[in-house]
Amino acid sequence: MELQFDRGPEGGFAVGTLDALINLGRKHSEWYLLFGTACCAIELMQTGGPRTDADRFGMVFRPTPRQADVMILAGTITYKMASRIRRLYDQMAEPKYVIAMGSCANVGGPFYDSYAVVKGGDLIVPVDVYLAGCPPRPEALLEGLMLIQQKMEREPFFAKASGKLPPPADPWPASARGGAV
Amino acid sequence: MTPVEIKDRLVQVVGEPVEWQAGPADAAFVVAPEKWYAAALALRDLPELDFAFLRTLCGVDRPAANCIEVVAHLFSYKHKHAFVLKTRVGRQAPRLATVSSVWPAANWHERETYDLFGVSFDGHPDLRRLLLPEDWVGHPLCKDYQEPPSYQGIPMMRPARPAMETKG
Repeated sequence: MELQFDRGPEGGFAVGTLDALINLGRKHSEWYLLFGTACCAIELMQTGGPRTDADRFGMVFRPTPRQADVMILAGTITYKMASRIRRLYDQMAEPKYVIAMGSCANVGGPFYDSYAVVKGGDLIVPVDVYLAGCPPRPEALLEGLMLIQQKMEREPFFAKASGKLPPPADPWPASARGGAV
Repeated sequence: MTPVEIKDRLVQVVGEPVEWQAGPADAAFVVAPEKWYAAALALRDLPELDFAFLRTLCGVDRPAANCIEVVAHLFSYKHKHAFVLKTRVGRQAPRLATVSSVWPAANWHERETYDLFGVSFDGHPDLRRLLLPEDWVGHPLCKDYQEPPSYQGIPMMRPARPAMETKG
């Protein structure tokens, strides 16, 4: 339920669920992990730069996974990098979201036939938003971040935090990793 | 110096080449693998050659000739001339002396050649894979490399999806 505001002269008040209040806060403090694996990271930097200025929506980068809400898979993922990405993902606190940015992170992109490239980030971590492009422009990444905002807004936060909702299916569970992470 | 002059000077040190590949710009001197190190040292240290700079070192797999070529591209900033030194090692358990003590830049190049072609460089200080994970099986730039179905639980092909239905 969305918050209903009464902006009265005595300071006003709001009515709604605690979920809605918390999601309002989460939505406007969407912190992404400062992390890129290839050329899409250049566009990621532009998104944080003054022209696109993601800061105005509360989207600021965090250099530690412990403080990040969103992981942006910006670029080609090699098999050597896969376990490092998975470790960063595991270090992020719930609730967490993943954006697959660009063709490589979606499906392997132009390097699909390479022996060394993972055929999509969703084979390693659960992905929430897929962005097409090679690379996607900063506007597209901003759109992806705003789709995550919409997802946050709709989410039953307490039900999720208490474990009543099932977590997303893990494409690369620990049992399959063979000691890689 | 022209490539032919460089070749004539190198022949005085290591003897006749296995093959001399004359070319307009990148003539190549193919040396026997046991003379690889001596040739590298001569190219670097002879004052009239003075190849202080190793541009690149890489491998070429030639299954038809049953050999792996190791190719070193050299350049001299002092004399402004370039040269290509090659050697051929067998495809079964390829081994070669390291030149990382001659040109420190060869260290990572030899690790890459080991990683992708399986050439084992004797005397290399730290011969580990460079680009691929250390538990990788096989050497992918060899022509007979077979891609495994998965690496540590990550499939090497995208799983098949049902075809999208088209309307109309």
